[in-house]
Amino acid sequence: MNASLISLEISVIGLGLVLMLADLFMPAERRKFLGYLVIAALGGLLLASLGGLGNFGLTGTAFHGSFVNDGLSLFFKQFFIVAAILVIFIAMEFSDRLTAISEYYSLIVFALAGMLFAASANDFAMLFVSVELITITFYVLVSFQRGKLVSLEAGVKYLILGALSSAFMVFGIALIWGTTGKLNFTELAAVASQYADSKIFLLGVLLVLVGLGFKIAAFPFQIWVPDVYQGAPTPTTAFLAIGSKAAGFVLLLRVLFTAVPGVTHQWANLLIIISGITILYGNLCALPQRNLKRLLGYSSISHAGYLLLGVAALNASGQAAILYYLAGYLFTVLAGFLVIAVVLRHLDTEDISGLAGLNQRSPLLAATLTISMVSLAGIPPLAGFFGKFLLLKSVIEAAQTTGNHAYYCLVFTALAGVLISLYYYFGVVRAIYWSREPKDLTVIKLSAPAKVTAWICIAGIFWLGLFPNTVLNMANAAVKLLQM
Amino acid sequence: MSILTYIAGWPLLAALVLILVPGNYRLVIRAVAVLATLVSAVLAVKMFCQYAGAPVDADGYRFVQQIPWVESLGISYHVGVDGLNVGLILMGALVAFAATLCSFEIQTREKEFYILLLVMIGGILGAFASLDMFFFYFLHELALIPTFIMIGVWGRGEKKNYATFQITIYLSVGALIALIGLIALYLGSGAHTFDIPKLIAHAKENPLAVNVQNFIFPLLLFGFGILVSLWPFHSWAPLGYGVAPSPTAMLHAGVLKKFGLYGLIRIALPLLPQAAQRWMNLLALLCLGNILYVGWVAMRQKNLNLLIGNSSVAHMGFIFLGIASLNLIGVTGAVLIMIAHGFLAALTFALSGYIYQQTGTLEIKELGGLCRKLPFIGTALLMAAMAGCGLPGFANFWGEATVFFGAWKAFPIVTVLALWGALVIGGVYMTRAVRNVLHGPLPEKWNSITAVTHLWRKLPYALLLASLLLFGFVPKLLTDKIYPDAEKIVSLATAGMTPEKVVAQAGLTQNSSQPPAIQN
Repeated sequence: MNASLISLEISVIGLGLVLMLADLFMPAERRKFLGYLVIAALGGLLLASLGGLGNFGLTGTAFHGSFVNDGLSLFFKQFFIVAAILVIFIAMEFSDRLTAISEYYSLIVFALAGMLFAASANDFAMLFVSVELITITFYVLVSFQRGKLVSLEAGVKYLILGALSSAFMVFGIALIWGTTGKLNFTELAAVASQYADSKIFLLGVLLVLVGLGFKIAAFPFQIWVPDVYQGAPTPTTAFLAIGSKAAGFVLLLRVLFTAVPGVTHQWANLLIIISGITILYGNLCALPQRNLKRLLGYSSISHAGYLLLGVAALNASGQAAILYYLAGYLFTVLAGFLVIAVVLRHLDTEDISGLAGLNQRSPLLAATLTISMVSLAGIPPLAGFFGKFLLLKSVIEAAQTTGNHAYYCLVFTALAGVLISLYYYFGVVRAIYWSREPKDLTVIKLSAPAKVTAWICIAGIFWLGLFPNTVLNMANAAVKLLQM
Repeated sequence: MSILTYIAGWPLLAALVLILVPGNYRLVIRAVAVLATLVSAVLAVKMFCQYAGAPVDADGYRFVQQIPWVESLGISYHVGVDGLNVGLILMGALVAFAATLCSFEIQTREKEFYILLLVMIGGILGAFASLDMFFFYFLHELALIPTFIMIGVWGRGEKKNYATFQITIYLSVGALIALIGLIALYLGSGAHTFDIPKLIAHAKENPLAVNVQNFIFPLLLFGFGILVSLWPFHSWAPLGYGVAPSPTAMLHAGVLKKFGLYGLIRIALPLLPQAAQRWMNLLALLCLGNILYVGWVAMRQKNLNLLIGNSSVAHMGFIFLGIASLNLIGVTGAVLIMIAHGFLAALTFALSGYIYQQTGTLEIKELGGLCRKLPFIGTALLMAAMAGCGLPGFANFWGEATVFFGAWKAFPIVTVLALWGALVIGGVYMTRAVRNVLHGPLPEKWNSITAVTHLWRKLPYALLLASLLLFGFVPKLLTDKIYPDAEKIVSLATAGMTPEKVVAQAGLTQNSSQPPAIQN
């Protein structure tokens, strides 16, 4: 047992506790600035982890193999920390609309801790605990604007559906344990082939996938997304869109490719169908949306579908493509939510028409949102293009190596999705630059955190689009340990 | 750094600079754009002149530069020219300069327009210079998206939204299908590189399996075909050009559209020879659709821009015919027409743009007698129309004549029909348009229109006309460069065919020994 492996997680939890304590001593009007403390602390952890300082770069397993630190988990941990830092920036911008901002910060930090554990989960018990840690914090985060009915409604919806999916997942875990007697992924992989015909075992795996499908918002478990995205406070939505989804994907990769690779290969067609339908559902439903957060909610469903392309491809390049795509998606989506948090603050509805004349009110925000939308649409030279290119490449590779024609259908479905999405993403861009007679042309004063976040996101999107080498190599190295 | 990097790089750099210039400095914005395209045009001329003396690398390319970009996928920034693209880059840079000069007509949101225009120009020139499949596609896509935005925002007429919608869907579908084809080609080749010379070298040793080729080739043929308005996927083109602002129409019809054809010649023919041989019969039939059907449609047009748009689609048919013939003369002719038509399409759209700016309409029946008021524009339009009919003395003549000589060996019947389309149909609609627009009585309402007076304003038209005439009188400047490299491509594309088969593969001839090999 090597407890020093979890020093990153312990530090993050410690940070959360410090925040809760600080809340007791800080005067209310200064609490907003605790955000800088969080950012500094997380930034330090990120640098330590990137540089492999001390215990932060250790690899190995701990707690009887239930916790693993390898390339994949380190990649995702760094990813989650970057996401949390940017979300805290957005939350500072949003803080005047939240009561008890320091609690909000600490909840984000606790959700981050859950995600860090998820990245390292190598055991169904660990998987369940980390998922619950993430989900339960999010129940609170979603309904944090207690005074707003939509926020409460979103919280209740998320709670009910989240509890339901947790129930499915724990039932699935019970079935798997009941048939095989194993919870550890590595041990399970050794014996899983004996149970390949056991209906109960397969049902157990399926139910676990249901639970994870809820986290990543894949069809048919996407039903909560639009309402929750719309109702939750914008920083929460941002963290939900990127952190919670990525946590779902890292667990999905672990379960599918470490715990039950044999079953996964039998289920290639199921994955193909889910991926295809998720892409089409998300894109088609996004078409008529006028509420920007709702639109991004449906768009996030479609992106879950694109990410599932890499899972369905069942090869190393697909897994690396998922990691790359998520990295690009991080900056892209957070850029979008940052602009929503700043610009649409005075509107109750977050309607797209509220963006009219944004290029005159704040050229930086207009550029940020435009770049974000164009990258989501997958247009060069931005991050989204290269990510989609990698995902499509992996699916075509799967089609050529397996000879399964369903993969070609999947490729063309994805193309149809990309095509549909051009319409609504460019609708947003059009609303910014070319809407008729904008009503409100007051200049938006940007706070320093908002400016920094906007520039980080823009730089990240261009960096991943123009210089994909570094992150792609990291992604390739990270997935090396997963079985095909 | 290769001169090619500068040719494509200056416009892109200028676009970045323009982002920083405030929107009300109109003169500065225009000056930056014109200067950047002028520099890249001058560099392109310089490159064209130095081509013969430039050092040649092992694969036969000149002005080569290669920088690794993503090693794990075998993607590198690799530019270089050979006979196939040297003329296209020259044409592209000259048309880009002319198009920037013609952007006088844009009066609203100039800053955004010029940024998009420069991105489009840099993208196209870069795509033609690329010797890496990834960058080839990437830079084309970079040029394509601004096109849609320019048409959607600065387009004219009531059908603007519909046309934008149509062109966006068609061209995105085409580009995405071609992308699938390119990725499948990359994976299928097993060479782990997007580098075109390396892929060709690898394919010589390990040719792709025929069934793989037969899967990939149609993706490339129809993907690129949609981008080039191959019949029956052409309907976006006339309408799109009809509503596009003229600089955009000039660049798209003149330069960007040639990307698909260039891709077929550069990538599909040498890498997928067996499939190419099989699918060329179908292509020969489809190109008749361009030449005859669309030519016919052009005859019935009542709007000058729609007429020009349709005629430009019809001209693509000749290029497809040249490619389909799969022989040296035909492919050389195809490249020649690509260059000549680039100048021609840009010239005609520039002229119609000027007429629209003066009269506010392009309905042919409302125009007439304009030659009296606009002697320079009228003469230029007359010459452009004649070039479009394939009159000797203009570059188009040599291209079309060469294509017909080449195609005659492979597809005699198609060639006869195409000749009819070129000489009769083309002649009818072009001369009709000239008569109705330039001659006859001048309607009174057009008494107030003004002719171009400044030399500066005449420059774009004069430049394009001069290029057409130059290559019309001295086609050797191009053919000497195209010929050796077209020969390489053709020898790769006809690998495994006997000389008799090259002639007899015309499945359309009655007495052919081979039955038509056209299958889905």
